[in-house]
Parts: sequence; structure tokens; C-alpha cells
Amino acid sequence: MAKIDANGLYYKILNEKIRDLVDKGERTIDLVNVNGQRYIADGITKDIRITINGVPGNDLGCFMNGPQIIVNNNAQDGVGNTMNGGKIIVKGLAGDVCGYGMRGGKMFILGDAGYRVGIHMKGYKNLNPFIVIGGNSGDFLAEYMAGGVMVLLRMFGRNNGNGKLGDYLGTGMHGGTVYVRGGVNKKNLGKGVGFAEITASDRKVLDGIIREYAADLEVNAEEILKADFHKLTPLSSRPYGQLYVY
Amino acid sequence: MAVKPSNKFGGKDFGGCGLIGIIDTSGTPLPGGMIISSLCTMKERGNGLGSGYAIYGVYPDFREHYAMHLMYSSDNAIPVVEEHLKENLEVIHSEPIPVRRVGAIQHPPSFWRYFVNVPEKQRGNGAGQDTIVRVVMEINEKIENAYVLSSGKNMAVFKGVGHPDEIADFFRVDEYSGHTLIGHNRFPTNTPGWWGGAHPFTILDWAIVHNGELSSYGTNKRYVEMYGYKCALLTDTEVVAYLFDLLIRRKGLSLEASASVMAPPFWKNIQEMGEPQKSYYTALRTVYGSAALNGPFAIVMGFNGGIMGFNDRIKLRPLVVGKKGDVVAIASEESAIREVINDPEDIHVPRAGEPVIVRLKDAKK
Repeated sequence: MAKIDANGLYYKILNEKIRDLVDKGERTIDLVNVNGQRYIADGITKDIRITINGVPGNDLGCFMNGPQIIVNNNAQDGVGNTMNGGKIIVKGLAGDVCGYGMRGGKMFILGDAGYRVGIHMKGYKNLNPFIVIGGNSGDFLAEYMAGGVMVLLRMFGRNNGNGKLGDYLGTGMHGGTVYVRGGVNKKNLGKGVGFAEITASDRKVLDGIIREYAADLEVNAEEILKADFHKLTPLSSRPYGQLYVY
Repeated sequence: MAVKPSNKFGGKDFGGCGLIGIIDTSGTPLPGGMIISSLCTMKERGNGLGSGYAIYGVYPDFREHYAMHLMYSSDNAIPVVEEHLKENLEVIHSEPIPVRRVGAIQHPPSFWRYFVNVPEKQRGNGAGQDTIVRVVMEINEKIENAYVLSSGKNMAVFKGVGHPDEIADFFRVDEYSGHTLIGHNRFPTNTPGWWGGAHPFTILDWAIVHNGELSSYGTNKRYVEMYGYKCALLTDTEVVAYLFDLLIRRKGLSLEASASVMAPPFWKNIQEMGEPQKSYYTALRTVYGSAALNGPFAIVMGFNGGIMGFNDRIKLRPLVVGKKGDVVAIASEESAIREVINDPEDIHVPRAGEPVIVRLKDAKK
């Protein structure tokens, strides 16, 4: 295991150090005193594990394909931007546009998440991205979602998820599935999204992902699973197909 | 708390503007180095084409006088401005603003500060703020090569073209202190990166830093022009300073109401409200529609007595609030707060359009 003290390190230097270690075959890296360094672990395709102590900067794990990243604090904006594979676990809150265009892998956030989380996430062939948010989220969750699975728990975070559900949920959604634990008012939904019945296969998906989430974040899976979930799916695969057709 | 100015983040990269406001609500002065370190954490958000600072509680010896900071792009303008000030105001004290030679900053304008009073006969209604506003507008609009950077009591703005560490170094920001500090680094998008275009934008003691674009600028500009404000600094954010002065000082709106004017609730949400909120927000949107800001923004405003931060109504720019004891910070990134507040007790992300207002416990400071 290698350790890097990121105190005062410019982001380019920090990322060079990480890459050097990975190239030398290091598989477990601990970062301490991280504060605002951007682009950590971006584009790394190896099966490594990075633990971050401190608040990482924007675009954490962007384009990555394989690593597991554990953030022991909050994270900022753009976590997992266009990531292709691997896992990011955030033990605090996460900012806006996390999982932007995410194509595979998993993102587990314990606390609240910002606005537009999962915007345009998508699945392709055997790739199917998952985001689980333990707290509440801002407006435009899963905006333009094209594939994958989004789970919103509203149990943890600043007010234990007791805030207002974000507005415009799933605006422009045309693929994938959103599961929300607890009540959902139809007026919070974006255009083109509707409720769907939870089937046995949905239950299986939820059961699997929640148990993995609970194990990673040390919370009680049974407690999460005992409540009702609502399933949201797009009403059309081409919501804007007629937008400019007169 | 880390208070040393930091130059550690050295590169040049793409980003959006970065902003931060820090206040010690007990009124205890915070060192200027604090805002520099904090802003330099977000250096990636700017591109070296503009940085600036506002410091409140900075001139205790002249606290009763308006502190006018003047920028001269030609020294020929100095006597013209000084003549204009003497005609309209009492100049108590004037001096060049001390600067350091900084390698990265070539051919800077010159900077002077004037501590002024409004003479009895010029005051009109109120304490003379209208006179100060008029004089600022006259200088900005009519006197070539001269611009007023700030004009409030016991506050100062230092800004220009450069990275946050360079501008701080140039203006010796580390040598000042104040209970409220505002900082901004700029990534100009639609308007030129010139010295007058750096943030904060001010009038009287209102100082605005902004990340985003105002697509409503034309409407907002025409609206404030009807009340005598002149937009002369070639950047959309300028109009926000005048809007706050108009709405709060002249129209008597609260900070909360002015934020609801600029980032109004959607009509669909107003329809769902009960009374009296429904009538209240309908009236605000109807009466002050021309003061609504359209486009993405995060704004932090400083004033004598506190700071306010808020976002556009669909939150297209980031804003985070951190708190520890009497110190509260509002910034684009949490890391900028943690750079100067070790282990904050609370980190909070406001919702779209929700104003975060932090006041000095004793507003007289």
C-alpha cells in the first residue's frame, strides 16, 4: 500500500504521482490531506483502490474504467463524469452533475447529492451504470437519462432525507430506471416520465444493489428495503422526436 | 486557520469563475491573507483575466467617510476627477493606493483613494448616498480613462487583470484586514477581460461577485437606467450592483425580497402556494419583472453589515456554505472554505434561488 500526502500539491503533480504508482504496479493508494485537487484518478483503467481523506476537487474519477475510489469526506461537483467502469463510494455529500454521461460502474453516495445528478447516464450492451443516493437530491435528477439505474433513498444526509423531493425529476428521460424510496408526488416529475409497477425482477435489482450499498457504507440493508419504492420510467424512448417537426 | 497567502496552484486551465465571501459575525478582523489562500484553491476556475477582492471594516480611521477607489488608465484623468470631486464633495484625505511591482502585471493603471464627505447642501434626501451614486456615474460615464472601483464607507475593492495571487500581491491585499472578505477569480466569457471588468462590481457599499452569464442584461440595464444608473464597465455583473442599490436602498425591499426578485419562483410554484405568499410573489414578479435575472448565476454580495449568497432558480452554478463558530463562508467549492476554516461544523448546499444571509451580530462594526 502506498500513501501520498496531498497537502499543498498542485493537482497535476498529485495525479502524476498516482499514475507513477499505478504504472509501478501499486494497487492500493491512500491519499491524505486532499483539498480541492481536481481530476483525481481520471482515465485510470486498472483495477486499483484509492482512498481519499479530505475533499477531492471537481471531476473525480472522470473517464475512469476499473478503479474503486472511497471518499471518506464530502465530494464536489462532477464525480464520475463519463466514467465507464469501477466504483466510487462517497461517505458524505456530493455536488452537482455527478455521474454526468456515466456509462458503467457504480456510484454510492451516503449523504445528499446536488442538482442534475445522473444527467444523461446511459447503458450500452453489457454496461449498466448504477447510482445510489442515500440522502436527498436537487432538482433535475436523472435529466435526459438514457440508461442505467438511479436509486434515491432519502434516508441519510443533512436532514435524514426529510427535505422536499427535487423538482423536474427525470425531465427528458428516454431510457433507464429511477427507483425512489418512499412517497413521490407526480408534480415533482419532469415531462415524459411516469410511474411503473415494481416487478419481481425490479425487486431483485433493488435487493442486489442495496445490499452492496449497505455493505460498502455500513448501513442497514433491511431498514432500507423494508419501505416501498416507486419506479419511474420514460413514457417514450424519443420524447423530443417531434420537437422541430411542424 | 491558515492565513498565509498561497501561490501553490500554479497552472492555467479551463474552468468557470470562482467566488467566495467570508465573514466573522463577531466583527473581529480577518486577515487579508485568508481570502487570498481561499481563492487560490480555486485558481482553476479562472484564467488570469481578472481577479478581485472586497474588504469591509478596512478603514477604521475613516469609517464615517465614503472611500472612493479610482482607477486611472491615463494619469491625464487625475486632475479632471479631482476637480469633479472638489466641486461636488468634501475631500478629507487622498493618496495613491500602495501597490507592489509584480512581474506578471505589466503596465497597470494607476490607483488612488479619496475619503470624502457629502456637504450639507448636496445631500438632498437621506445621508448623501444619492449624491455619491450620481458622482460615481458621472465619473464612469463622462470622464475618459477614469473609473470608480468602490465608493462605500469603511470598505475597499482591489481588482484587475491577473490571477488571484498576482492581483493580491500587486494591491498588497495581505496587508489589510476586515470582518468581511469577498474574493473572485474570473474566466471571462462574453465580455472583455480588462481591469474595470474584474469583479467585485460595486456601488456604495454593495459589492457583487458573480459566476455565470446574465442573458437578461439588456432588460436589467434599461430598467436601472430609468433611475439614473449608467452601465459603463462593459460587463453584465455591473448591473446587479445597481439593481441591489435600487431595490434595497431606494425601494426599501429586504435582502430576502431582492433575492426573490432576481431569482423569482416559477409561476407554477406560485400557483401552488397559499396566501399571503401567492399574492406576495405574484406582486414581486409583476412589479419588478425587469429586475429578474435570467441565465446561470451564483452571486455573493457584501455590504456593511453582512454577506448574502444565492443562485439562479435552477442552480446552474455551484455554491456551498460552511460555518465554524462566528465565521461563515460562502464559496463556489467546499475546498475553498476548508482551506481557511479547519474542520467546519456545518457544510450546507443551498437550494436554487434560496438566499443565504449572514449578518454581523453588531451591525455598527
